[in-house]
Amino acid sequence: MSEQKNGQVRIGVYVCHCGANIADTVDVKAVAEYAATLPGVVVARDYKYMCSDPGQELVQEDIRNLNVNRVVVAACSPSLHENTFRGAAERAGLNPFFVQMVNIREHDSWVHSDREAATEKAKDLVRAAVRRVYFHKPLEKRRVPIHSEVLVVGGGIAGIHAALTVADSGKKVYLVEREPTIGGHMAQYDKTFPTLDCAACILTPKMSAVKAHPNITLWTYSEVVSVDGSVGDYKVVVKRKPRYVREDLCVGCLQCIDTCVFKEPKFDDEFNMGLSKRKPIYIPFPQATPKVVVIDPEACIQLKTGKCKKSCLEACVERGAIDFDQKESYEEIHVGSIIIATGFQTFDPRRMPQYGYGKYPNVYTTLEVERLVNASGPTGGQVVTRDGRVPKSVGIILCVGSRDENTNRWCSRVCCMTSLKLAHLIKEHTGAEVFIFYIDMRAAGKGYEEFYQRVLNEGVHFVRGRVAEITDWALDPSEEGKLVARVEDTNTGFVRRIPLDMVVLAVGLEPQADALNVQRLFGISCSLDGFFLEKHPKLAPAPTYTDGIFIAGVCHGPKDIPDTVMQAGYAAAEAIALADTGYFELEPNTAYIVEEECSGCKSCIPLCPYQAITFNDGKQKAFINEVLCKGCGTCVAACPSGSIKQNLFEDEEIFSEIEGVLAYAQ
Amino acid sequence: MEDKPVTTDKLSTSKDWEPLIVAFFCNWCTYTAADLAGVSRMGYDPNVRVIRVMCSGRVDPQFVLDAFAHGADGVLIGGCHPGDCHYVEGNYKTLRRYLLLKRLLRELGIEEGRVRLEWIAASEGEKVSKTINEMVDQVRALGPLRLTRKFKEWDAELAALEAEAQSEEVEVHA
Repeated sequence: MSEQKNGQVRIGVYVCHCGANIADTVDVKAVAEYAATLPGVVVARDYKYMCSDPGQELVQEDIRNLNVNRVVVAACSPSLHENTFRGAAERAGLNPFFVQMVNIREHDSWVHSDREAATEKAKDLVRAAVRRVYFHKPLEKRRVPIHSEVLVVGGGIAGIHAALTVADSGKKVYLVEREPTIGGHMAQYDKTFPTLDCAACILTPKMSAVKAHPNITLWTYSEVVSVDGSVGDYKVVVKRKPRYVREDLCVGCLQCIDTCVFKEPKFDDEFNMGLSKRKPIYIPFPQATPKVVVIDPEACIQLKTGKCKKSCLEACVERGAIDFDQKESYEEIHVGSIIIATGFQTFDPRRMPQYGYGKYPNVYTTLEVERLVNASGPTGGQVVTRDGRVPKSVGIILCVGSRDENTNRWCSRVCCMTSLKLAHLIKEHTGAEVFIFYIDMRAAGKGYEEFYQRVLNEGVHFVRGRVAEITDWALDPSEEGKLVARVEDTNTGFVRRIPLDMVVLAVGLEPQADALNVQRLFGISCSLDGFFLEKHPKLAPAPTYTDGIFIAGVCHGPKDIPDTVMQAGYAAAEAIALADTGYFELEPNTAYIVEEECSGCKSCIPLCPYQAITFNDGKQKAFINEVLCKGCGTCVAACPSGSIKQNLFEDEEIFSEIEGVLAYAQ
Repeated sequence: MEDKPVTTDKLSTSKDWEPLIVAFFCNWCTYTAADLAGVSRMGYDPNVRVIRVMCSGRVDPQFVLDAFAHGADGVLIGGCHPGDCHYVEGNYKTLRRYLLLKRLLRELGIEEGRVRLEWIAASEGEKVSKTINEMVDQVRALGPLRLTRKFKEWDAELAALEAEAQSEEVEVHA
């Protein structure tokens, strides 16, 4: 082997200043000087930015000129630059797995302030790595092929945009949506800020494009129930719930709805936030995609009791699309990567009883008012209270379920702009006086501040203060029959009582109620707030820690439509790049059996969650399938005879690390 | 390979004694959380040395014993929360081993507070800092374990006993 000239271990240690990030807290020169005294070390250097080209060149020159055959880089976390230095070593002709990173930034200089202690810690960690790298072996990277198919979970604007982008690149896409139609929350909005273009006008063409795209398989009313495999080959099972209407036969004529035995709609219409009613057989909204009716099994008499005239069947007798015997079915697909775009739910304002939602009928959420101002909404676009009056005064309360220690701490980012938009629309529809109660107005975005100025100039009243309560307790005749907002106006320093006909709560965005299940299903992580966790907050905001799984839209954190579309495009680009590369390089950290030492006790076999270990009856030895092994090392730790080893995490390597960090204590 | 001798024994007097904790963090949750603690500058005591493993399931009980034998005063194991393991269920295996290990340590006279298993998710940087500080305080209260020194003392005791036995033997024969 060329890198092991004379069979001698020649270690190079490279200590990074990271500008001031490390050097301010750790005496990097002292660390390098100390490293130079360690056995096996032939050169130890410190440099301002080891990851820069000249820094990497230092390493490469030593490999070429000093025959360095082990590299220890004391710098940042291996998750950041391990690949950088492995690449540098490889280009200089050294097997990349002779490199060991020492994390003296995230785990040292950034968390400690005592320079002496931080320097001692850095020395300990470097010593451990120097001892460890002695045992490193040359390894080959494993390549796995990538299926070009992509699964998109969630059919809101994020999922729609991601699916179209991937499909346009020529790859096959499966789009799975659990509701009967795609469109998500955006389909419920009336206008979009700040341009006030109508949400349906810009969304529905994209919905139709999804339906018509030859590369997209659209499964609505469906849910992912299991995910197996890993990057390149995920085996996914999708449950298709029965809608009791055959999608291949229904043409969306809606005659069945007209003839339903329920002459009047009687059940809450989910799409209109319960502000209107629908029948047991219904279509969520006129532009629903696919345009296929669905039967609600909780409401349909036939499905509940089996005793109905089934007039819908008669209306559809020619096509025969209605099928009361439909059962749920399962589809199994193989995809190379997955884009998760499962969206959000809005904060339930019943959790803040002081605002009277659910108690006073004229307290609404922003999403309900979106439906009220919409021309195809429950009131045909009339903004009226529940008792049919046109409101003369409307108050919009911001940060309901956002920026609040008692509910959700985060800013939901869209409520300020949504409220400005609704203030404008309500004024336009009703001429009412509109009050916005705010903590801070956040109008950062292209054209957003300008829109805020426009609404200010339209005469909307801005009251800076968190509303204490909404009450119907009138203190004087002007308040009779009205709701009263009690609020401290912090700009003037007075506590005010403002009588209102209608109160709108700008409810915040939250992770979906079952986000935790989705997280576990796909093996990704959540942030503390319950939104899905990205791989890097700045540089990888769509990939996750699980290779081949990307996130887009509000399931990752609150964001508006343009940001959602951008992230969805980015996630799609990552999925396309992965598919076009055609392979993915895996860490060679798999486990293997040393056959001579295996006693055939079979302890390891049930431990492997991937069924990678089998038993060879002829030899009476265990066998590890390298392709199936994901490299967790659980079997290695369990083997009673120590005959399972793990590449990159060999026992000798870890023991030498343990003893290395503890050398002072002896 | 042996290191050059350390010139000053920092741990020779109890006044200077500071607990030394060896931590085994899984790559996907706890190591990442420790990175997050760093990025967010959530400071903690500098007494901990983190060793990265892919999964807490890789933590062989021998690693823990080896750490104690070589002078660690405490050992911390960090893994993903139950149900969140990157390798499906490695952390459950860790838990099972940990419970057995604790019984073994008790038998060996090593206090329970010197070993700790904690589930820390990738987003829980704050928990890394809190757990390490708690652990350091706890081990500081327990005092030094100094197994390495005890080994030497025991060796010396044994040698003395042996010498005594030999001299007795000589007497008997005489």
